[in-house]
Amino acid sequence: MFLFFLSSGLFLGWSLGANDAANIFGSAVGSKMVKFSVAVIIASIFVILGAVLQGAGASDTLGKLGSVNAIGGAFTVALCAGVTVFWMTRLKLPVSTSQAIIGAIIGWNFYSGNTTDITVLGRIVSTWVAGPILGAIFAILLYLLLKFFLERSQIHLIKLDAYLKYALLIIGAFGAYSLGANNVANVVGVFIPSVPDLYLDFGFFALDGVQLLFLVGGISIAVGIATYSKKVMMTVGNELMKLSAEAALVIVLAHAMVLFIFSSSSLSNAIQSIGLPAIPLVPVSSSQAIVGAIMGVGLLKGGRGIKFNILGRISLGWVTTPIIAGFVSFMSLFFMDNVFKLEVFNETNTALTSVTTNLNNLPTLSETTLNINLFQPLLYGIIVILIVVIIVLVLKLTNDKLHSKDEESTDIVRKYKAQEAFLKTELTKVNSENAELEKEIEFKRKEQMNIALSIIQKNRFLEKLRTKIDAIINKSDTNQEELSNLKKLIVENLSIDKDRQRFNIYINELNRDFYFRLLNRYPNLTENEQHLCALVRLNLSSKDMASILNISTKSVEVNRHRLRKKMHLKRENNLSEIISKL
Amino acid sequence: MIRIFKTSKNVILNIDEYFDTVELGILNFKEGINNYLEGNLSEFENNLDKVNKQEESADAIIRKIENDFYVHSLMPNYSSDILSLLEKTDDIIDKIKDNLSQFDVEDPYFPEDIKNDFSRLVSLSVKSAENVIPAARVFFTAPNLVKDKLQKVIFYERETEKLATKIKRTLFKDMPFLKLSEKIHLRYFTLHVEQVAEASKVVAKLLSSLVIKIKM
Repeated sequence: MFLFFLSSGLFLGWSLGANDAANIFGSAVGSKMVKFSVAVIIASIFVILGAVLQGAGASDTLGKLGSVNAIGGAFTVALCAGVTVFWMTRLKLPVSTSQAIIGAIIGWNFYSGNTTDITVLGRIVSTWVAGPILGAIFAILLYLLLKFFLERSQIHLIKLDAYLKYALLIIGAFGAYSLGANNVANVVGVFIPSVPDLYLDFGFFALDGVQLLFLVGGISIAVGIATYSKKVMMTVGNELMKLSAEAALVIVLAHAMVLFIFSSSSLSNAIQSIGLPAIPLVPVSSSQAIVGAIMGVGLLKGGRGIKFNILGRISLGWVTTPIIAGFVSFMSLFFMDNVFKLEVFNETNTALTSVTTNLNNLPTLSETTLNINLFQPLLYGIIVILIVVIIVLVLKLTNDKLHSKDEESTDIVRKYKAQEAFLKTELTKVNSENAELEKEIEFKRKEQMNIALSIIQKNRFLEKLRTKIDAIINKSDTNQEELSNLKKLIVENLSIDKDRQRFNIYINELNRDFYFRLLNRYPNLTENEQHLCALVRLNLSSKDMASILNISTKSVEVNRHRLRKKMHLKRENNLSEIISKL
Repeated sequence: MIRIFKTSKNVILNIDEYFDTVELGILNFKEGINNYLEGNLSEFENNLDKVNKQEESADAIIRKIENDFYVHSLMPNYSSDILSLLEKTDDIIDKIKDNLSQFDVEDPYFPEDIKNDFSRLVSLSVKSAENVIPAARVFFTAPNLVKDKLQKVIFYERETEKLATKIKRTLFKDMPFLKLSEKIHLRYFTLHVEQVAEASKVVAKLLSSLVIKIKM
């Protein structure tokens, strides 16, 4: 039942998280200095820490203003504050959950007949004015300090950017802590008098009922940050506060300091101890503190770009939000009390000191403090979680290893296949090239053969012609002189045979590689012998060779014999076979 | 987030290396043109070769820097301005390379009377570029000091412009022995050299607006 009533507070916490986290990380996330996910994690952790560790201070003041001593009343008050915030936001009026909740509590005070402590109220209202002003003062001082430091230090801009990123995170964490500490009172403050009296002992630390309430409130703010703050952060970062990283840093720090000052009881005590008046521990509006800080930086820069209409709207918010919340709260309490017969206040106990005794009126609450020792279950829980985590990690690691090995081997196989395919294509290419070259060689050989044959035939014909002419010359009645001329011409033709020359050049050109190989093996061969070898390679007979070389067949035979000797061939060795193998 | 310091250190080193390369390019340009005017063509070829390599290296470094800026979202508020500053600085070395290539390809004829003035023109134009690089360097560490250095850039750019006009006037009015085609050819080369100073002026203007932006 308590949890059901708490839901209105949690709704308030959710909306606070969604809206106010933007004040802390808006400029950092909007300007892409910090990733949204990182901002969410840090903001959530520190909001919860702030709420649990330091949330009590501001809540006490709320309690002094009016202790909502019935759970029904607390539910209605928180709901009215939430609805007012929602409604005012729809009307685009700057609104603060702090002001809404305080207005709603005053509404409860009016309805329950509880006297509103004017001194406390005055103190609270004064902090609403002091919050933005302090924000502005802090921002100005911090900005001047930072500028002074940066001008002296001469840090490289890129390095400064890295420092600023970390500083934004650290200061954002501080801001989130302060937000949790200061504003958790808005969320769950009214439920404190109605909280079940629990005491959870975790062994290492213990949480009482109020701290648990703050933890739940902090978690609701964190959920708001995680689920719905991105859009607001982007709006704040890109539209409302287009600031340099340094200015953003200063503004967030100033804002966090204001929230911290108004929520730190130890700081207040310290100030009191040196004889100064205590700092009122009041939930101040995070948005107003940040707007104050922006105005401060704006004023420092000469007041350019300050939108004074925003200032006017903020002032309007200070006045209208509490009044509307108070009125809505009063009306709702009346409605809840008379229509739903829900107990919204406890008439027997309106004094501030009677907070704990109120709990007796609630049927769900225990008569005595519930002291639950959670040390052992927590320890076992942690051990079980650790074991599970270790098992999962080991499985994941093995899986990853196997997976990476698989991937590696697949990669290697793929690589080899690609190489194989490449080599195959290369091989086919080379083979086809070789086949073409073979064809070409064959063709050239045939051509050589044709030329050789034509030379041989021509020589034979000329020889025949010479013999015939000799026969004619030997006859007595022939014109001797004319025939002699004819013979002379033929002989000349035989010796200056262009065809033969061309053939020889051709043979030399084609057999260049062959000559190279031949000389490598038999270095002492003369040019003529090399030529002879080339002719032997063509498988020509001695007679044909003789006509090509324009020598007698016998000379060819002699030359062949000499060649065999130079090549150190035995009787059984075939010259043409050996040459063709080269 | 954790690697951000390592990345920023790398980017700083790359930016320094980039400016070093551009500075060396500028020096080679000056030396190259003086070698050309003095007829030391082999030395000129050497300078041209060096400038080509330096231009390529500057391009490679700028690509690395751009990549780091985008991947690690460095200085998100000013990244585009800083990258455009580096790009505009790259224009200087691009112009230098183009200029030397034009000398190599077109082989312009410089009459003796004009060689001195042309050499001075190159020296003034180069001084403008030489002064803008330290200004760009100091922008990253002490933006307040940028303004002082930029004064020199603007001064040398104006001097370059004046001398270029004088050279063009001499070409067209006092050198009747030159053909019109030769005069026009030399006018183009005067313009090309002037462009180096103009590119430096563009960088200077960008720098001064960036300083204001960063201070805001």
